[in-house]
Amino acid sequence: MLYRTAGQFKTSYEADQALFPVKQDAFLLGIIMLFALVIFPLTASEFAFQTMLIPVMIYALAALGLNILTGFAGQLSLGTGAFMGVGAYACYKMVTLMPWMNPIVAILLSGFFSAGVGVMFGIPSLRIKGFYLAIATLAAQFFLVWLFEKWAWLYNYNASGAIQVPNLDIFGVYVTGPQADSMVQYYVVLGIVALMTMLCINLTRGTLGRTWKATRDMDIAAELIGINLMKSKLTAFAISSYIVGVAGALYVFMWKGAAEPNLFDIPLSFQVLFIAIIGGLGSVLGNYLGAILIVGLPVVLNLLPGALGLSISSAMVEHLNIMIVGSLIVFFLIVEPHGLNQLWRLIREKLIIWPFPH
Amino acid sequence: MLDTSEGYVTEDGRQIGGVLMEMRDITLKFGGVTAINDISFDIREGEIRAIIGPNGAGKSSMLNIISGFYTPTIGELWYKGAKRPPMKPFEVARMGVARTFQNIALFEGMSVLDNVMTGRLTHMKAGVFSQALWWGKARDEEIANREKVEKVIDFLEIQNIRKTPVGRLPYGLKKRVELARALAAEPSILLLDEPMAGMNVEEKEDMSRFILDVNDEFGTTIALIEHDMGVVMDLSDRVVVMDYGKKIGDGTPDEVRGNQDVIDAYLGVSH
Repeated sequence: MLYRTAGQFKTSYEADQALFPVKQDAFLLGIIMLFALVIFPLTASEFAFQTMLIPVMIYALAALGLNILTGFAGQLSLGTGAFMGVGAYACYKMVTLMPWMNPIVAILLSGFFSAGVGVMFGIPSLRIKGFYLAIATLAAQFFLVWLFEKWAWLYNYNASGAIQVPNLDIFGVYVTGPQADSMVQYYVVLGIVALMTMLCINLTRGTLGRTWKATRDMDIAAELIGINLMKSKLTAFAISSYIVGVAGALYVFMWKGAAEPNLFDIPLSFQVLFIAIIGGLGSVLGNYLGAILIVGLPVVLNLLPGALGLSISSAMVEHLNIMIVGSLIVFFLIVEPHGLNQLWRLIREKLIIWPFPH
Repeated sequence: MLDTSEGYVTEDGRQIGGVLMEMRDITLKFGGVTAINDISFDIREGEIRAIIGPNGAGKSSMLNIISGFYTPTIGELWYKGAKRPPMKPFEVARMGVARTFQNIALFEGMSVLDNVMTGRLTHMKAGVFSQALWWGKARDEEIANREKVEKVIDFLEIQNIRKTPVGRLPYGLKKRVELARALAAEPSILLLDEPMAGMNVEEKEDMSRFILDVNDEFGTTIALIEHDMGVVMDLSDRVVVMDYGKKIGDGTPDEVRGNQDVIDAYLGVSH
């Protein structure tokens, strides 16, 4: 009943193509934004910022980037971690070479570097598809991590081989580095992630989105009705890598504070891929749901025994955690192979027609 | 044979114009196999042109040459009075050639509306930034093209399924959506590869009516491949008959029906 759409008439195509054709969706988003903008920052502890709020959003953004490529354009990629690394290292080089640069501008610019690298490694996609393409992107993954390790210029010839995020401020407020306040970082991340999400929603529902989906669903037909496959695939690589690169810069500058090359190794790629798959390929919302499940849930589960007054050793908690999250992933994939987003869509569809079955 | 050098008037009184597309001595070889052997014919503005022939005669290959998917080994293709250079299929589509496929080739993950909107991609020019912001040119284009697409949806009577994912539709409707997608491009020439394959009588009648209406209302030139002889003879103005990659007949349905080679190809001949 809450989701009843009766009475919401559309009298123009503009209204029908609006972002929220159903009023309740806008209302729901309003509530979520209220939580994200006001309630969370007011109530969250330092711990909550650092383990839940900031990482969930950054991972969701990375998954969104991957989803553009894999979910919308159908090009499987296993190199997400390395592309995040490109963004992080590009951002690091920019702020150390040009210390006067606004850190937010640097983060947004660093995406262009990973976009360039992404397009370069996307060129094989013009000839190969599916698993074979995945292997080609895997090559990017290994090569780039190797480069981060061996090219000393990237980490300013640091003895440790790691990059350390400097303290950077905007109008006297520290945004990055050890002196930055978590709440400030949270708002920066929220702003960038919200902006990127908005742009992605628009891109995926417009002409470019249709081009990508057509390429994904049937590339030969797509070409025969006038889609330039090369352009379609390479724009997907560019935009996807841009977002992934920004996510990588945020990952290091707003969360980790420092990074070694192996941080961007394959486990990171897989983690982001898991989020995208469990959230739902070809969706925007799913990335958030997936990130909450994969990044947020373990943290909550870790706290649970303490909150319930159970005395379990922390190693035991860790093991249980992995088992529970693992079985939940399997459970959700069996219940809805198309991901959490599809689950939500079905629930929403049912709610709209409730209390009737059809 | 009907003299067609300056256009002609069909039996039902429609004026057919000049040559829109002309195949000149087309040969297509795949290694040692000759799929099409020295075929020439033309398609005139406003006509419904059928290509028929037994299985494996090279009809689909011919259509694939027209839509740029294959490049002929020998021969030239003239379109709108100019020789067409070798082109990628998407460039051919942008020159006003739209088509449907023998096995339905819709984008299963998208709704009917999005599928038909995809057909209009060739008319959409807004840049990435405008699209990302959903502002200015991108939004105007989206709404203007939606209006055109709605006209096609209206025309083909698929309004009630416009928001349905294509994967959920029955076969006959999928064929119709595919026609809608091709029509949405507002092509100068529409290629239909077996538009009635696998349909029951009622669906065939519907589809025939749509094809005639498209030709009548938009003046679209149509080239179609079809196996149902009744349909072909009723619909088309002129028919090309192919067998083993060669052209064995060309003319009005009546001429073709009386052609001895055609009868032999279809009924077989004792050796």
